[in-house]
Amino acid sequence: MSSRTLFTLTLLAAVLSAVAQPALAQPKPAPAQLVAAGSEIAFTTRQMGVPVDGRFGKFTAQITLDPRQPASGSVAFTIDTTSARFGSAEIDAEIPKAIWLDSKRFPQASFQSGAIKAAGPGRFEVAGKLSIKGQVRDVIVPVQVVQSAGTSTASGQFVIRRLDFKVGEDEWTDTSLLANDVQVRFKLVLAGLAPL
Amino acid sequence: MHRAGRYTLTAIALHWLLALAIVATFAVGLCMTSLPFSPTRLKLFNWHKWAGVSILALSAARLLWRLWHRPPADLPMPAWQARAAHLAHGLLYGLFFAVPLAGWAYSSAAGFPVVVLGVLPLPDWVPVNRELAGALKPLHHGLAYTLAAVVTVHVAAALKHHFVDRNDLLARMRPGRS
Repeated sequence: MSSRTLFTLTLLAAVLSAVAQPALAQPKPAPAQLVAAGSEIAFTTRQMGVPVDGRFGKFTAQITLDPRQPASGSVAFTIDTTSARFGSAEIDAEIPKAIWLDSKRFPQASFQSGAIKAAGPGRFEVAGKLSIKGQVRDVIVPVQVVQSAGTSTASGQFVIRRLDFKVGEDEWTDTSLLANDVQVRFKLVLAGLAPL
Repeated sequence: MHRAGRYTLTAIALHWLLALAIVATFAVGLCMTSLPFSPTRLKLFNWHKWAGVSILALSAARLLWRLWHRPPADLPMPAWQARAAHLAHGLLYGLFFAVPLAGWAYSSAAGFPVVVLGVLPLPDWVPVNRELAGALKPLHHGLAYTLAAVVTVHVAAALKHHFVDRNDLLARMRPGRS
């Protein structure tokens, strides 16, 4: 074995161990897959005291989370803003317009987690940035995870203020007509999430 | 409290209060549906629903009162007209309930539960369902137009008896004590 070959092998071993060491110390969990059937992102608005429910039909998620080491995890969502559906087709047609979600300019709303903390058995607190209509706000989302037969169901709810995101402009900023608070509820069926 | 041949004061008060409420609610209903999506439309729809629920509740009170108090005897008129008058009254009572109930169900099915005055939520007794809402909407409209038609016949007949037959029919239902 020539000294040149020995040098190359030594260098290769050094590089490999440098790359492998941190990976071995903190293995990245495999990303979990969102199962569309059974998953939902729904919300409730209040119009003159009347609760009106809607849901988003299209969204994707990128979830890399080891429930036993939540701090290293990451949760991201992308929601198609044209996919909001209410009981009434009239409102469905209204929501993509500029004073509401302005889907032409902002076809997607998104969430990207920052710190994820354990908050009890199967419970997590996911801090992150919610971006709707170009407005970005910090939110803290409580999540409860239940596992059975290889699938995990993550659910929770939180409240956002629509005016923070300029949803409902002009005459619709009147919160006595349309409440500022919007309750968001989610239920996400996930495959491939590591055990709790 | 009431002179022979006249309705009771309670019946008279309920008759005119409901007459006013029904005409106003029907008029609001006609206007609101043609408005574009706007705060005005939202307000009118909610006022219309609150009025409809009030009509429903007052009609229940009125029906109970009617069942416990015999109305004055028919004035002299051909038998077919008396029968027609009773049929119209029966239809009116039925529609006082059918129109608001169909409206309430339509609102629920369309995903808008009725919340009276914005504070008192009424239960949904039909599920949120677009097909059901699509069927209940023309039902509510059809019943409302039927009510408008029967009210028109009722008013025309009352005026005919009063002014053509000169039988002072309106005195039976005129507000006031005399």
